[in-house]
Amino acid sequence: MIFATPNQDGSKVRFKTRYGNYIGGEWKEPVNGKYFENVTPVTGRAFCEIPRSTGEDIEKALDAAHRAKAAWGKTSAPERSAILHKIADRMEQNLEMLAVAETWDNGKPIREGLAADIPLAVDHLRYFAGAIRAQEGRSSQIDDNTVAYHFHEPLGVVGQIIPWNFPILMAMWKLAPALAAGNCVVLKPAEQTPASILVLMELVGDLLPPGVLNVVNGFGIEAGKPLASSNRVAKVAFTGETTTGRLIMQYASENLIPVTLELGGKSPNIFFEDVLAKKDAFVDKALEGFGLFALNQGEVCTCPSRALIQQSIHGEFIERAVARAKKHVPGNPLDVSTTVGAQASNDQLEKILSYLDIGRKEGAKVLLGGERAKLSGDLSGGYYVMPTVFAGHNKMRVFQEEIFGPVVSTTSFQDFDDAIAIANDTLYGLGAGVWTRDVNTAYRAGRAIQAGRVWTNCYHLYPAHAAFGGYKQSGIGRENHQMMLGHYQQTKNLLVSYDPNPMGFF
Amino acid sequence: MTCTPEAAELIRALRAEHGPLMFHQSGGCCDGSAPMCYQLGELRIGARDVLLGEIEGTPFYIGGDQWERWQHTRLVIDVVPGRGSGFSLEAPTGKRFLTRSELCEIPQTPQGPQD
Repeated sequence: MIFATPNQDGSKVRFKTRYGNYIGGEWKEPVNGKYFENVTPVTGRAFCEIPRSTGEDIEKALDAAHRAKAAWGKTSAPERSAILHKIADRMEQNLEMLAVAETWDNGKPIREGLAADIPLAVDHLRYFAGAIRAQEGRSSQIDDNTVAYHFHEPLGVVGQIIPWNFPILMAMWKLAPALAAGNCVVLKPAEQTPASILVLMELVGDLLPPGVLNVVNGFGIEAGKPLASSNRVAKVAFTGETTTGRLIMQYASENLIPVTLELGGKSPNIFFEDVLAKKDAFVDKALEGFGLFALNQGEVCTCPSRALIQQSIHGEFIERAVARAKKHVPGNPLDVSTTVGAQASNDQLEKILSYLDIGRKEGAKVLLGGERAKLSGDLSGGYYVMPTVFAGHNKMRVFQEEIFGPVVSTTSFQDFDDAIAIANDTLYGLGAGVWTRDVNTAYRAGRAIQAGRVWTNCYHLYPAHAAFGGYKQSGIGRENHQMMLGHYQQTKNLLVSYDPNPMGFF
Repeated sequence: MTCTPEAAELIRALRAEHGPLMFHQSGGCCDGSAPMCYQLGELRIGARDVLLGEIEGTPFYIGGDQWERWQHTRLVIDVVPGRGSGFSLEAPTGKRFLTRSELCEIPQTPQGPQD
């Protein structure tokens, strides 16, 4: 089945030719009247105009958020929870529409939007709708007359800068806990994928009080920086790369506010020799786990982009893994049978091709792919890359840098210690995979790898209620878990004396 | 490190608009592994950043940890059509700086503990 192209007869989604910013519950023209063209990576053609906002628009959004924050912060947890449930329900009822919008904006295959992005976004809302109901403050008895009460209070107005790889899902990872905790938000989507979040706001904007959630689009330097450096936000959350992460921390230091950062990784996927010890479904599961480097065209912060395979099974495993990966070729992202879609932008395509080039120059062997994929017809102008398997060693740059494309670099290891040494020889520590039939190996490897998430005999699962975040240069903070509420709350301590008598001290 | 004539032209245009500039090589996800161009002084250069050189009179830095892993390559800064996010100055122009790499020397294969 192939979903109809947006804005054509029978399509699930109709994009406007021009969008505004969503501020104070209304659609507003950008103050300077400027727009930029938004391109779909599926065909490489522009399909709508997006505000090219500036600091003036950010200020208007902050005005609206500050007007809304007192009332929203005092809304009861059951009321906020009910609103999040309503947003989730409406998204679920419009699953196909949102998935098509996401595919057209981002290039991802529709099967991912239908099975993962949108259902996970819905579930995150429901999770935090529940978590905020279940959260309770703690009290402690200091002595017989003195009690410390701890209450959770919202931070107020927060800024969130969203990446382009899972535009709606990454927005919900940040919005669900922020809104549940009673904060108002000014959100800046990525300039590569600004449209699907606007479609979402058209769908659910009326469910929130005006000003609670404001969306301002534009370029990082013109709209993102004024948001990140504003002294009117109480916290900034960002997903992206390390230099911008540093800049955001630098701006935050000027305002003495906290940040949460998710900055990517170079995740090792480790296959121990006992994986092939039997001929059973687990072997296929492990081979599937290898092939997940091409999920979402590799545009995942936890892409399993380094496959470490024990020497004793290396030859057979690679042969079977490459044969399996070969079946996944780029196709029409709107076709539900397509597993590999388009890269999100032309510059992303060019960056991936530059890494295919340096990989070859460094002497890595190309076992699969290694080039741009040429599709026909309308798709010929889109940004497609053949899933690529390199063989080399861990000092090569294709093993050390996040390519953010459907590219895996493979190498072998001798024993457990060797595997862990290679796995940890990276600047990053976001995700990792461990595949073994031995529970002791699984546990020891999982604990030894310096990464925030170690998938054990699985990969690329992102359920709510499992903490996600980085070690080392991969960032600060944890998402997807009720502990994220703490990143969006102040702790208010009331220290109360029930002693009617003076201290007799002063 | 060097840059292509197209990159030099874009640097000159950005400098005419924004004044003196600086570059910092990014790492990590999304627009990671891409060069970021800022007004000079916008990013605080830290003690472990390494000055790789200058392109078109503009200093180009990289984080020290990242430099250790990149030092066997020579960087050539190019320009492609695109729209990188991050706060890089050229994004609104519809062009994006891109780091291409040449090899200085073949890195030695690391020895495993069994060797």
